[in-house]
Amino acid sequence: MTNAFAAAGAASPSAWKIDAVFLFITGVSLFFFLLVEGLLIYFAIRYRRRKASEDAATSDVKSNTVLEIVWVLVPSLAVLAFFTYGYMVYRDVTAPQPGAADINVTAGQFLYEFKYPDGRTAMNELRVPAGRPVKLIMTSRDVIHGFFIPDYRIKQDILPGQYTYLHLQPDREGTYDIFCTQYCGVGHSTMRAKLIVMSADAYAAWMARGEGVKAAMSLPEKGKALLEKFGCLGCHSTDGTVKVGPSFKGLYGREVHLEKGRETIADEEYIRESIFDPGAKVARGFPNIMPTFKGSIADDDVAAIVAYIKTLK
Amino acid sequence: MTETTANGLAVPENGRSRGYLDEKGFRSWALTLDHKRIGVLYLYTTLFFFLLGGIFALLIRIKLMYPGQAIFSDQTYNVLFTLHGSVMIFLFIIPGIPSGLGNFLIPLLIGARDVAFPRLNLASYWIFVAGILVILGSLFRPMDTGWTFYTPYSAKTGANIAFLSFGIFLVGMSSILTGLNFIVTVHKLRAPGMTWHRLPLFIWGMYATSIIQVVATPVVGITFLLLAMERLFGVGFFDPAKGGDPLLFQHFFWFYSHPVVYVMILPAMGVISEVIPVFSRKPIFGYRAIAYSSLAIAFLGFLVWGHHMFVSGMSKTASIIFSFLTFFVAVPTAVKVFNWIATMYKGSITFESPMLYALTFIFLFIIGGLTGMFLGALATDVHLHDTYFIVAHFHYTMMGGTVMGLLAGLHYWWPKMTGRMLSEKMARWGWLLTFIGFNLTFLVQFYLGFKGMPRRWAEYPPQYQFLNIVSTVGSWILAGGILVMFSNFIRGLFRGDPAPANPWKGLTLEWRTASPPPTENFETVPVVTDWPYGYAKRKPADDG
Repeated sequence: MTNAFAAAGAASPSAWKIDAVFLFITGVSLFFFLLVEGLLIYFAIRYRRRKASEDAATSDVKSNTVLEIVWVLVPSLAVLAFFTYGYMVYRDVTAPQPGAADINVTAGQFLYEFKYPDGRTAMNELRVPAGRPVKLIMTSRDVIHGFFIPDYRIKQDILPGQYTYLHLQPDREGTYDIFCTQYCGVGHSTMRAKLIVMSADAYAAWMARGEGVKAAMSLPEKGKALLEKFGCLGCHSTDGTVKVGPSFKGLYGREVHLEKGRETIADEEYIRESIFDPGAKVARGFPNIMPTFKGSIADDDVAAIVAYIKTLK
Repeated sequence: MTETTANGLAVPENGRSRGYLDEKGFRSWALTLDHKRIGVLYLYTTLFFFLLGGIFALLIRIKLMYPGQAIFSDQTYNVLFTLHGSVMIFLFIIPGIPSGLGNFLIPLLIGARDVAFPRLNLASYWIFVAGILVILGSLFRPMDTGWTFYTPYSAKTGANIAFLSFGIFLVGMSSILTGLNFIVTVHKLRAPGMTWHRLPLFIWGMYATSIIQVVATPVVGITFLLLAMERLFGVGFFDPAKGGDPLLFQHFFWFYSHPVVYVMILPAMGVISEVIPVFSRKPIFGYRAIAYSSLAIAFLGFLVWGHHMFVSGMSKTASIIFSFLTFFVAVPTAVKVFNWIATMYKGSITFESPMLYALTFIFLFIIGGLTGMFLGALATDVHLHDTYFIVAHFHYTMMGGTVMGLLAGLHYWWPKMTGRMLSEKMARWGWLLTFIGFNLTFLVQFYLGFKGMPRRWAEYPPQYQFLNIVSTVGSWILAGGILVMFSNFIRGLFRGDPAPANPWKGLTLEWRTASPPPTENFETVPVVTDWPYGYAKRKPADDG
């Protein structure tokens, strides 16, 4: 399967699948286009008034109920097909992939920062190994930006104050454009990055070379240091012990029972919200006494904390 | 030496009364209560902004001919595309047909002497002008947010957003008052015998439009007030740092801005429904289907705004629901197209300029509508959103659709409004250049968008250059066509042949009075005994 669409030139499975939807809608639309425009032009020519028939009276037909029903039902079926196919592929390409590597993206006027698990940061260059799915966890430093990979046929807006996600399945090696697609100010047109898909070996070599803005420690290591620094470990354990607050062990991805009978999944957004607005979703059975860290913990630090909690399986 | 007519108005020296146009002087126009004069005022104003918005467009396309070219700065470009969209949408397309042609024609088409509230009508024009002045006033710190004003950028940028918000609020208020006036007029002032099912289809279209205007516009007014409050008082509705949500702005904004595209298209479709039967000499096919489809479009149009937000960060569930509902708005639209074409079947068709533009509307709107299929479908929209594909799509529907409908209406009703005929020869040249220029400009943009060129970009990577050059050349041809057309209009105002009461042999009520009509519209209020599309019972020579 991989070879089939790679041979067709698609850069990733998302491109191939979305192109198939394009082809389907184009085919059906082209049929209706030729039929309807054809009739329009044909009738205009065929029934044009000729000198000889200057005074001819025309037919008095005013309506035809069967015809009305037919041309309501047929388009309805066509659009239902468009919706269904579009939805199915959308669900597919926006689904999280198992085994995905997490990369944090911070957009700001007018560049993209990519933060790798080993703690390094790269500007405007996203390097990934072919064949391994990637989950981009994205947030903005200021206004709304876009993140568009034309060759993958996918995009997602990046918002301040929350995380949005994009799931990539890098397949073919190569360099691909990343464009900002949400107007963000004077530098919008030049806010661009590159997605560089490398072979697994080349990627490993690049990692070993340690390019990019180096961090003193990896993202999870930094996260652990932050938990200690801000006193989180006073109320939360990392080994499963229940203290004042819930334990971080096994937290990420788990279903959390909240007060008032609500449920939620402990994803990146939940952890971030709990740090900045702890009263929003209080875990059932725990007191609502966690202080807010808004203003003390920076966005970048939140990403590190999230990365660390993810390691506590 | 002047004489006076029966109703006491001064008649010009050459003795030929020009009906509602007779009375001269600034005050007779500025303080007029005549719906026809108010319609003419709106037409002059909106057509002026069409030309101004068009100049901005030409500048945009010049910048886009060569990537990075410094004809003017990227920031100037950003202001230009914002102005182009805002001027075209708020000052031309939304008021264009409703407040221009609608004001002039609605009372005439239903056999009334004026709208229900003539003073409110005059007020709505001056509120519109006040809004324009406030918007123009904001230009000394011009905005670059795009006409969509997304937060947080619009809340933080240095432009005069509070001023601008107030201007748009006033312009919106004008359209609410107009919509209200029209709804009451259609309910209360129909001539004796004019049942709902004998109403011209332009009226059905305008009625549905007016409902949308009244229900949706307050939402955008409030949205802009909230934006102004955000900027002036730092409230934080849309600021995540204060617990707000930027997506809230988008929901508010699109809740209005999606229905407003139906405000743009329904009147144009109403014009087409009038023109096609006249120039095919056949009854309109599927009168009830066309009439009710206008109401269906108005209703469904309120349910689909989220299709502008599939990649915004909105939930996937909401996206799925909006995608599903979006497709169903296409169905009543398609029904109209099929009925128009069926009207032409076995007709006796001529191609005077109103019909040329009406056929062009159908041809181009089909393209606009079919390209919408790619945008309603989730998988493909994720790729196409915020690219030039969207730009091409809305230009095909708004310009290929609404503007062609307006032009069809202007050419059709010109003799009635001015008492003069346009030059058919100039009209055809204008049409040809416009048609060629329009398609050359916008067709290539579908492909540019599919290949990934984002919208609102002042410069771009070199792979997009060739088609951008093609598009710009197209814009020059289009501009040439508009120039020829407007020259025809100007010539038509002063040197056109005098128009008979019914040059196109139409059956709707406006053709039963003089061209131009007297101030009171009809000598005696007509009594209606039949629907206005009974062409087939007559041979063309029977209508005088």
